[in-house]
Amino acid sequence: MRRFRHFIIVAVLVALSTVGLRALFSVILALPRASSAEAIPIDALFNGHYWMIAFLFSLIMVMMLYALFVFRRPADDDSDGPYIHGNTVLEIGWTIVPTVVVLGFGVWGAITLNDITSPKPNEMTVNVTGQQWVWSFAYPEQGDFASSELVLPVDRTIVLKMTAEDVIHSFWVPEFRVKQDLVPGRETTLRITPTEAGEFALRCAEICGLNHTQMVATVRVLDAAGFQAWVDAENAAPAFADMTPEDRGAFWHSAEGLGCVACHSLDGAPGVGPTWQGLYGRQEELEDGGTVTVDDPYITTSIIDPNAQITAGYLPNLMPQNYADQIAALEQEIQAAEGVDIDIIADLIAFIKTLE
Amino acid sequence: MFKTLRIILTSALVRGILGQLIGTALGYGFIAGLRALRGAETPWIYEPALAFGAIIGVIGFLIASGVLTDWLKWIVGRRTPLRHGAPEGKPEWSRYFNVDYNHKVIGIQYGVSSLLILLIGGIFAIIFRIELAQTGMQWLNNNQFNTLFSAHGIIMIAAILGGVGAMINYLAPLMIGASDMAFPRLNAFSFWVSVPAALLILSGLAVGGWDTGWVGYATLSLRAPVGMVLFLLGFWVVGFSSIAGSANLLVTVATMRAKGMSLFRMPIFVWAAVATSIIQLTATQTVGVALTMSVAERVMGLNFFDPSGGGNPILYQHLFWFYSHPVVYVFVLPGLGVISELLPVFARKPLFGYRWVALSSLGIALVGFLVWAHHMFTSGMADALRVPFMFSTMLVAVPTGVKFFSWIATIWEGKLPKNPPTPLLFVLGAISVFLIGGVTGPILGTIPTDLHLHDSYWVVGHFHATMFGGFIFPFFGALYYWYPKMTGRMYNERLGKLHFWLMLPAFWVMSIGQMSVGLLGMRRRIADYDPALGIEGTQVLITLAALVIGWSVLIMLYNLVFSQRRQPVADPNPWRSRGPEWQIISPPPEFNYNVPFEVVGDPYEYGLADTTYIRDVARASVPSGD
Repeated sequence: MRRFRHFIIVAVLVALSTVGLRALFSVILALPRASSAEAIPIDALFNGHYWMIAFLFSLIMVMMLYALFVFRRPADDDSDGPYIHGNTVLEIGWTIVPTVVVLGFGVWGAITLNDITSPKPNEMTVNVTGQQWVWSFAYPEQGDFASSELVLPVDRTIVLKMTAEDVIHSFWVPEFRVKQDLVPGRETTLRITPTEAGEFALRCAEICGLNHTQMVATVRVLDAAGFQAWVDAENAAPAFADMTPEDRGAFWHSAEGLGCVACHSLDGAPGVGPTWQGLYGRQEELEDGGTVTVDDPYITTSIIDPNAQITAGYLPNLMPQNYADQIAALEQEIQAAEGVDIDIIADLIAFIKTLE
Repeated sequence: MFKTLRIILTSALVRGILGQLIGTALGYGFIAGLRALRGAETPWIYEPALAFGAIIGVIGFLIASGVLTDWLKWIVGRRTPLRHGAPEGKPEWSRYFNVDYNHKVIGIQYGVSSLLILLIGGIFAIIFRIELAQTGMQWLNNNQFNTLFSAHGIIMIAAILGGVGAMINYLAPLMIGASDMAFPRLNAFSFWVSVPAALLILSGLAVGGWDTGWVGYATLSLRAPVGMVLFLLGFWVVGFSSIAGSANLLVTVATMRAKGMSLFRMPIFVWAAVATSIIQLTATQTVGVALTMSVAERVMGLNFFDPSGGGNPILYQHLFWFYSHPVVYVFVLPGLGVISELLPVFARKPLFGYRWVALSSLGIALVGFLVWAHHMFTSGMADALRVPFMFSTMLVAVPTGVKFFSWIATIWEGKLPKNPPTPLLFVLGAISVFLIGGVTGPILGTIPTDLHLHDSYWVVGHFHATMFGGFIFPFFGALYYWYPKMTGRMYNERLGKLHFWLMLPAFWVMSIGQMSVGLLGMRRRIADYDPALGIEGTQVLITLAALVIGWSVLIMLYNLVFSQRRQPVADPNPWRSRGPEWQIISPPPEFNYNVPFEVVGDPYEYGLADTTYIRDVARASVPSGD
């Protein structure tokens, strides 16, 4: 009978503690705003887990502290406790019950996963590219323009088709809950359905080298009309053939272009690579002790073979080695779309010359 | 004073370091010489030469320290007896600086180096934790921050492997009644090979660091600064220690148990050591392959992982996690074994469900091999693969749950002391901390919630809770509990309790704080965070808690060092344990048991009058007087 009383007290304490902890979690383990359709079933699963966490933590801690404070012996008592070496029924019970519970959570997880990854009607595709340490986004269904911020219409399922140029990156907007790596050499997919307009931050979640911390982009969710207006404005941007080489150079420098902006500032601010301000014609000291005057051949070499001449005070191997390929591919694309031959490196040199 | 210096300068440790320096210079010079013959100049830090130098340097350390000497003599046909005791003409303490074949000396060598490395890793953590207290960059730059957290990870893993080695080496032979490990020379090799490995990893910091974290994912590892290659090679060499040490332990337990010690009569810690060793023996090779491939791709241009040459970056993750998931059970199983070992002694009750607890260690080891891809739920695997790994991951909770329930049932109605001594406090604290780590695991195992939590600070909090609950707290508890066994003296109880009461609440704050900021959007491995996340207050708390943990560990080190001189001689069996190691003098004699013992009962029959676990074989064979 006394044993029975212990269990009743413990049961009451565990129940109180479970409810109390679950309430506490709402404060100390709060989730960010839920701003996507995918967040709703995920948050429901979070809630289920939080109850289980609160219960299991309470169960073990209450029983441990109860045993410590209720059954403890005074300092002068050196007798042994009761000789209870096990109970097979109990052991089988606390093997089977947790198995069923965790498998239940597994089924819940599988259903939720299917829910958030299955194709939806009226989807829209955005191509996402990550490279050290910039994001760029292309809109193949809206005229195939590129953007350095991710602009999305509200209440429409977006299929993000993602890849990386160099190392693994990861797409995470906490308000959308879901996360997906960008892997070089393959395409990965993520579905998100923004449910409220607003501005969010996209941050790279997979360590991607020196400036991983700073690999962020803005996400703007607009209503349908606002999104259409933004698309129209982007499409109204002049064709490459109609732009001056200097303007094109500025575009290539940006995140929509080749992403040079990730490392090379335009205003003299220090970065991973040398600033472009006042670059042309400057005498640069090299890591190997020599000096070089920045001219057309030097800039060309520095783009297509960046390790050949490293400026003193900067690190080798940081700049992608594949810009020759990237640039050739872009030039072909423009040739196919607009029928003009563009020399991207010449554009960049023209742009650099303007940066006094 | 001069004599002490001379003994240290001629020790295996110093000779080994010199050998490593010379070997590195030779290896580096060899490659540089080849280049010079071709007329090419070699820059000051040239990676292929550095890599080759690193490998030759490790061999140099092993040769110069003398850990290979006996084996080399055997090759040329000379037999060498197993040397015991201090080197000729040198004092007893010099054993710890030299190649010694006694398992207790090696256990203490592991333990002391583990604590030293733990201290270095902890200092690194505190340096970058202070940077994270506020938004904005205060006193580190990106490269320093990346290098520090990467080094913190691998250094702590080396420290934990050392601590595991310490507990297993010191305790397992004593507990099973063996005079030593099965292969004493291999045992010394396992310890000594980890020293040049640790030096390699630390020297990676000196040549420019690296920025991949301890996981070293391709393709970032192929572009990381040059410290990367020393990290990869150091990690690779540590693997030898794991493989050799675990093979040794398995043979020892299989063949050298005392008479009458059937498998289910072994002390429960030995079961944990066996499960741990099975994992180490069978999984370490795959990470070795992954590291070898990374080095080969960096240094020789072989193409395994870089997709631009036809490689596959995800392949690295599979190979890496096939080892690195099971290895977290290597870190925690011995600690859980310590908890199971100590609770019956303090509760004065048998371990509840001994067989279930023993087999749950093997269960965790087995299931641990089937869950590696849960680290890759966001890597782009097909759902048809993600979902099975989700179910296998959830199943880890079952054997872990068996342990928790058995611990509670052991102390239920037990007679825990009203004023718990330090080891018991650490064991109970370990249960509470491992519980935090345990209950925050399934939420990472279900894919939809993991999509939010992956690579966030939730993972950091969860992982640190499992490591502190599964290793740090039980390891510290074990250090206090077996301190009188190792030194013959009692630690200072007041300082021990102070250590505990500082560390436990600080750890709770740190770990729960980390999970809290992770949920709100704090990513892993970042040097700075967005003030818009609104987590600055919590970050300050986490940093303060980390500082408290650091100070509390210093209190423990002070206690362990100075109690050897200032504290009274300990009672031979201060915990009134039935364990065989407590039935002999402290510290134990060179060959442990002068008289072999025979197992005549179960190990934890507290409460059953007139029973013992062991009795001396000699006493049994003496004809009775009546």
